[in-house]
Amino acid sequence: MEYKRLTLLCGHYGTGKTNVAVNMALDLKRKWDNTAIADLDIVNPYFRTKDSEMELRESGIRFICSEYANSNLDIPALPQDIYTITDDRSMKVILDIGGDDRGAYVLGRIAPAIKEENDFDMLMVVNAYRPLTRDAASTVEVMREIETACGIPFTGIVNNSNLGVETTAQDVLKTVPYADGISKLTGLPVVLTTAETSVAEILCGKIENLFPLKLQKKII
Amino acid sequence: MSEKVLMKGNEAIAEAAIRAGCRHYFGYPITPQTEVAAYMAKVMPKIGGTFLQAESEIAAINMVYGVASCGLRVMTSSSSPGISLKGEGLSYLAGADLPALVVNVQRGGPGLGGIQPSQSDYFQATRGGGHGDYHMIVLAPASVQEMAELTVRGFELADKYRMTAMILADGTMGQMMEPVSLDFNVAPVPEKPWATTGTKMAREHNIINSLYLKPDELERGNFARYEKYAEVEANEARYEEYLTDDADIIIAAFGIAARVSRNAVNEARKQGIKVGLIRPITLWPFPKAPFKMAADHAKAFISVELSMGQMIEDVKLATECRVPVTLCNRAGGMIPSPAEVLAAIKKISEGGND
Repeated sequence: MEYKRLTLLCGHYGTGKTNVAVNMALDLKRKWDNTAIADLDIVNPYFRTKDSEMELRESGIRFICSEYANSNLDIPALPQDIYTITDDRSMKVILDIGGDDRGAYVLGRIAPAIKEENDFDMLMVVNAYRPLTRDAASTVEVMREIETACGIPFTGIVNNSNLGVETTAQDVLKTVPYADGISKLTGLPVVLTTAETSVAEILCGKIENLFPLKLQKKII
Repeated sequence: MSEKVLMKGNEAIAEAAIRAGCRHYFGYPITPQTEVAAYMAKVMPKIGGTFLQAESEIAAINMVYGVASCGLRVMTSSSSPGISLKGEGLSYLAGADLPALVVNVQRGGPGLGGIQPSQSDYFQATRGGGHGDYHMIVLAPASVQEMAELTVRGFELADKYRMTAMILADGTMGQMMEPVSLDFNVAPVPEKPWATTGTKMAREHNIINSLYLKPDELERGNFARYEKYAEVEANEARYEEYLTDDADIIIAAFGIAARVSRNAVNEARKQGIKVGLIRPITLWPFPKAPFKMAADHAKAFISVELSMGQMIEDVKLATECRVPVTLCNRAGGMIPSPAEVLAAIKKISEGGND
């Protein structure tokens, strides 16, 4: 995937945005040295990019995150260096945004600078196996809510449909028509379809723009 | 088999409640259970139900009292400090013999504590939670699938016995995402001739009340309630046994602690240690029978808990203190690792060979 200066990942709660963000940052770092990941989640105090902080920092990726993420201080705090994202134009950034429209409100303050610079991808991360976004229409409804909240239009779709660690190649294949349906309704391209690395090997050649994912969180 | 969906434990509770016929939810947000309320807020208006964010936990539990009086399926959810606030209402529900479902997705305490998972409300849940002589039926899920299934079961048991059923989960159960099948049976809601549904001038007034002016009348109610509790204890205790038949060491653990323990049991078995696991699914009634039976052949019990040791008292009572029961625990939001549990098993195992 070719990365614009800013890649914004939004989507319905629990679709796997953070996992995609961390993998994208590692991928981007291989292509562009001055890479950062920004955790702007103000909705969920758990399952943050912070879980992968060590790996990200060791890879030389700048880590922009509230110091209160993953702590007991349950407040919607933003990183103090948030404006670096829009000010330092030599840096390419993956932005991990909180779920739904509530999570997207955070973009309001930097949306004018993002649109003025106009070098961004605004990606809708979708998962057909989440109960409230099981079809294209309900997913597009969430997309419109997010756009209204943050004032930035989507430019593409990331099909991250999965059932967690149980996901099979067949499970991913079955969701291709779902992602195409969203594409048809919105006129936006499906820029990536993700799958866990071993599943992606099976799917190689069967799905366009396949993006292998390393899963960040291990479930007990 | 129907297709699975990927859900958080909290979402699974909300969806299962809706499928069980619950159309009234009252709550107040608190981490780590907020997704229950958020899901209800999204879905209830679309299906003609009521989602109401109350001004406090106390208001919410009293709204539950009101809807339960009308004979409808109703629920509230919270996390540890919020459940303490609901304590008075829980006692009133018991005193008025009202069926309701209350969810506690526990976090570390005491006090405001923290937002990480805990099991330290075991005493509060199994001994009632509020004042007076009463019990709640307490269900302890150990997977997202069980979060859904026990929610349905909770409504059914609550209606069957006119009691409050509590889902006692923890932060990990609420937050973890797992594939879940929502293709489960929901039994028809029983008739509730006691409910305040309007007499239509065809019957005497039904009265829902927990105040008794004559002490002997109050006493009669308490005795009658405990006869009902004996019936619940005889019929509704549930548990899962894992590799207990030949076990020298038995682990007692519920919820997330049971999942961690199961991994430790598997590892210990590989190393030739005969260890098994009893996982209570109902915490009240506590499944005494499997513990009593296991005490006939096991040399030691280990209670694995995310608390300073609460269920351990029930394990000691159920085994009649015939064999030693030790504690393997973390507290304050920390989770014991499989390695820590394995170390506890080995310590007992090696001690036993002396």
